[in-house]
Amino acid sequence: MTPAISIKGLSKTYAGGFAALKDVNLDIRRGEIFALLGPNGAGKTTLISIICGIVKRSGGSVTVCGHDTVQDYQAARKAIGLVPQELTIEHFETPWDTASFSRGLFGKAPDPKLIEDLLKRFSLWDKKDSQIRRLSGGMKRRVMICKALAHEPQVLFLDEPTAGVDVELRKSMWDQVRLLRESGVTIILTTHYLEEAEEIADRVGVISHGNLILTEDKDALMKKLGKKELVIDLVEAHSAIPPALSGFDLTLSESGRRITLTYETGGGDTGEGVGGISRLLEKMKADGIAYHDLSTRQSTLEEIFIRLVGRS
Amino acid sequence: MSATLNIRAVRAILRYEMARARRALVQSIVSPVLSTVLYFIVFGAAIGTRISHVGGISYAAFIVPGLIMQTVLSQSISFASFAIYFPRFTGTIYEILSAPVSFVEVICGYVGAAAMKSITTGLIILFISFFFVPLHILHPLWMVGFLTLTCAAFSLLGFIIGIWADDFEQLQLVPLLVVTPLSFLGGSFYSIKMLPPLWQKISLANPVVYLISCFRWSFYGHADVPVGISLAVIGTFFIVCLSITAWIFKTGYRLRN
Repeated sequence: MTPAISIKGLSKTYAGGFAALKDVNLDIRRGEIFALLGPNGAGKTTLISIICGIVKRSGGSVTVCGHDTVQDYQAARKAIGLVPQELTIEHFETPWDTASFSRGLFGKAPDPKLIEDLLKRFSLWDKKDSQIRRLSGGMKRRVMICKALAHEPQVLFLDEPTAGVDVELRKSMWDQVRLLRESGVTIILTTHYLEEAEEIADRVGVISHGNLILTEDKDALMKKLGKKELVIDLVEAHSAIPPALSGFDLTLSESGRRITLTYETGGGDTGEGVGGISRLLEKMKADGIAYHDLSTRQSTLEEIFIRLVGRS
Repeated sequence: MSATLNIRAVRAILRYEMARARRALVQSIVSPVLSTVLYFIVFGAAIGTRISHVGGISYAAFIVPGLIMQTVLSQSISFASFAIYFPRFTGTIYEILSAPVSFVEVICGYVGAAAMKSITTGLIILFISFFFVPLHILHPLWMVGFLTLTCAAFSLLGFIIGIWADDFEQLQLVPLLVVTPLSFLGGSFYSIKMLPPLWQKISLANPVVYLISCFRWSFYGHADVPVGISLAVIGTFFIVCLSITAWIFKTGYRLRN
């Protein structure tokens, strides 16, 4: 079966000379939820915009369900539903009209039953004839999702769907996304929150400065990235890691007054995991190494990106 | 270029644009109709008593075709430029750009809607003028044909302006600084034969002169310039605008960066 999306050697350089994407290669499988992770300005939206036909590519190729997005753009675009990041929606239209418009625009025959089902599923049925400007931000975002789904796409793009969305709505949105996946729709979402990817995605791609740094199954990635650090401020300066602590993954600061233990959150009570903390502290007490403060911190996504970029 | 025309998309855009016109009926149709009708009441009644006839036609009747032309060409530009500029301004253009439509469907939808709206405006003005002015239309089919071609051509021009403009000032620039003077000097209120010879020649560089002349010919059988030449001018103008629009879609100018 052809992949839902196949990207080969894709690059984009804007007129000003800014290279937003550099030789991106990526296959997205049918029926998966793929999270594209990256900081602001990494190239996530540019990538989506090229696939959807909003931005012209500079090089490489993209196919959607086997259709090239330039040579065979009509077939490719028919397969795609797009929910952009910004709340860009016609304020004087009604949810009913705008969803029906979207369906027509994508070349599908009118289907009032389908529009009705969609609006009901996204709790918009009682607002179907209200002007969109009178709806709340969360409702507007749901209208945009309904518009994107109105032509029954095989692939759905959600560009930062949870920006400015409250917890309740986020939860129901993820429920809908899972339902869509069950019905066979491939979903690609972008986010800069690792937790979001963790919550919903099957696979994760990390993009930074226009490079796709890695694509990995979510579980493997979480294990790789889910490291924490314990920072201990010592009373006395040490010139080297005390021999008694040699069995731990420690680094000593230049001043010799701070040691940092790196451990895995999923490591369990023994060995390298959280259990390592208590063993370390016990060892320090037994050896008479005094400390006056300690704290833990999780690597931020930003740091993970820097680490990944440094490695690539 | 598309192999098959996405008729449903054209219909969706047309319906959407017409619904927008209905929502703003006063602004889109009533207001241009009212101001044009006021023109020929005031000009026809006040000035018409002093200039009794132009080429054997009462002055009030003489100015009707020109005024209709003037209104529909500025309305065509305004309808089409706003229709495409607003989605660009608000960002909703993403949907058109990501839809399985070619330039043919987009043009049929947006330009078609703008032209339909301005044709409607023109016909309403014509209808109302029957109550005030003794009118007769010698060549009704030609009249409708010229009206349609003019509305389509200037809607295309409006579409180009709407894509070119980067802000509201630019959007108004061409209509206010180019189209308004040309249309006022296009012979709505006078026959260019009434001008000194030098100004007659200069007037021939004004494309609106040809539009008004041939439109007036379809009413009264009198033309300032030969109808064939008028037709060629407006036909050329239409094709030039169409080519520019095709180029815009081919290159993605101001649409897909």
